[in-house]
Amino acid sequence: MIRVVLPYHLRTLAHVGGEVSLDIEGPVTQRSILDALEARYPMLSGTIRDHVTQQRRPFLRFFACGEDLSFELPDAPLPDTVASGKEPFLIIGAIAGG
Amino acid sequence: MSKVRVLVGTRKGAFILTSDGKRAKWDVDGPHFGGWEIYHVKGSPVDPNRLYVSQTSGWFGQIIQRSDDGGRTWFQPGTKPGEPTKTPEGMPMGESNKFVYDTSPGTGKPLTTHQWYDGSQHPWEFKRVWHLEPSLTDPDTIYAGVEDAALFRTTDGGQTWHELAELRGHGTGPKWAPGAGGMGLHTILLDAKNHDRIYTAISAAGVFRTDDAGRTWRPINRGLVSQQIPDPNAEVGHCVHRIAMHRSRPDVLFMQKHWDVMRSDNGGESWQEISGNLPTDFGFVIDVHAHEPETIYVVPIKSDSEHYPPDGKLRVYRSRTGGREWEALTKGLPQRNCYVDVLRDAMAVDSLDKCGVYFGTTGGQVYASADAGDTWAPIVRDLPGVLSVEVQVLP
Repeated sequence: MIRVVLPYHLRTLAHVGGEVSLDIEGPVTQRSILDALEARYPMLSGTIRDHVTQQRRPFLRFFACGEDLSFELPDAPLPDTVASGKEPFLIIGAIAGG
Repeated sequence: MSKVRVLVGTRKGAFILTSDGKRAKWDVDGPHFGGWEIYHVKGSPVDPNRLYVSQTSGWFGQIIQRSDDGGRTWFQPGTKPGEPTKTPEGMPMGESNKFVYDTSPGTGKPLTTHQWYDGSQHPWEFKRVWHLEPSLTDPDTIYAGVEDAALFRTTDGGQTWHELAELRGHGTGPKWAPGAGGMGLHTILLDAKNHDRIYTAISAAGVFRTDDAGRTWRPINRGLVSQQIPDPNAEVGHCVHRIAMHRSRPDVLFMQKHWDVMRSDNGGESWQEISGNLPTDFGFVIDVHAHEPETIYVVPIKSDSEHYPPDGKLRVYRSRTGGREWEALTKGLPQRNCYVDVLRDAMAVDSLDKCGVYFGTTGGQVYASADAGDTWAPIVRDLPGVLSVEVQVLP
């Protein structure tokens, strides 16, 4: 069971309160997590990655295990602790600054 | 007694303002979608409780929301959670927030680039929906004007959106350029007498018309003069801020251009300036009285470098002669130290006997007049900056 933490506005859109738990068959990667997330919560399609290019939206980052994984390849395996559910996969919105 | 519902889009959410037909006491409901930019909220003329919202964010992109109960509850009209997102053939099901430019050989053109600020060519990149225009006859059909400028349509209540690609593809697209606020298709006017005719306006390209429901388009900018561009009389490249029509006279159009207030009496074939005695002819909004097709409203703004009213006085100007002769409407509006702007989609009129006029400001005020502009009062003063105002009259 994979644990995913969404930013506030995406939790509101998906009508979820806290972490999201997802079952993923096969390798646990950024792409497989986002595929599973969008399949379960179709309203999130396009909010994390572009509809066409599948690129991460520029103001979002992917963190896990204290590491910024945003620039890892989408099909690269995520850490075992994420795959086992021990650590969550964090989707983080950039701070606006000011 | 009739009920009036004002739909307000702001920088940080949507608000619904309601009153009875006297339009004296108002209830303020919101924010809906708090923290999101709400470019536009509009109801279907054939089912007023069917509302559509453009909800957008620099972080998360474009969302379309819909209400079937007048704004009490909302949902994204795409595939519901738990339902298959793909057909058995593998095709995507409804994705209500998916706006993808049509580049298919059959209907699209190469459609690859438009003019960038430095004169080079730049790829089209979808950013957001600026304006939603529900069909006059079908609550499931809505047109969406988007940035970068293109026209989309849904015929299934917002579940899926498809581009009317011939607008971008008719030939002048590579000459379109963004204004300072982006290259948005911001105005969509549907002809109530001829359902095949649609007008659209784009900053900074101009006005375009189809007479065959979107299959072919052509620019209709003859008479517009823009001194800021290399050829002031160019076929396209004009920064049109807003156009408006009275439903009973769809061939008569009024325009607030970047500079100049204009009118056309022949469906946009030619335009004449009607700025007349306005203190400045820069501005964004323009609208037409619900029952007097020659009565029009603008809010003059000092200049394109100073986006606030002249002399710190917020004044609506009304012409009862279809332009050229204007009177300032000031009663109830701040006449000192007022430096707000009124953006292009932030004025609306209601259809009650004594026509109501409404507008919102970048300072978060929404003003209403229940007597066609003679007197004004704020409905609410401290909303986030107002992006759009629409009004509905309910039985």
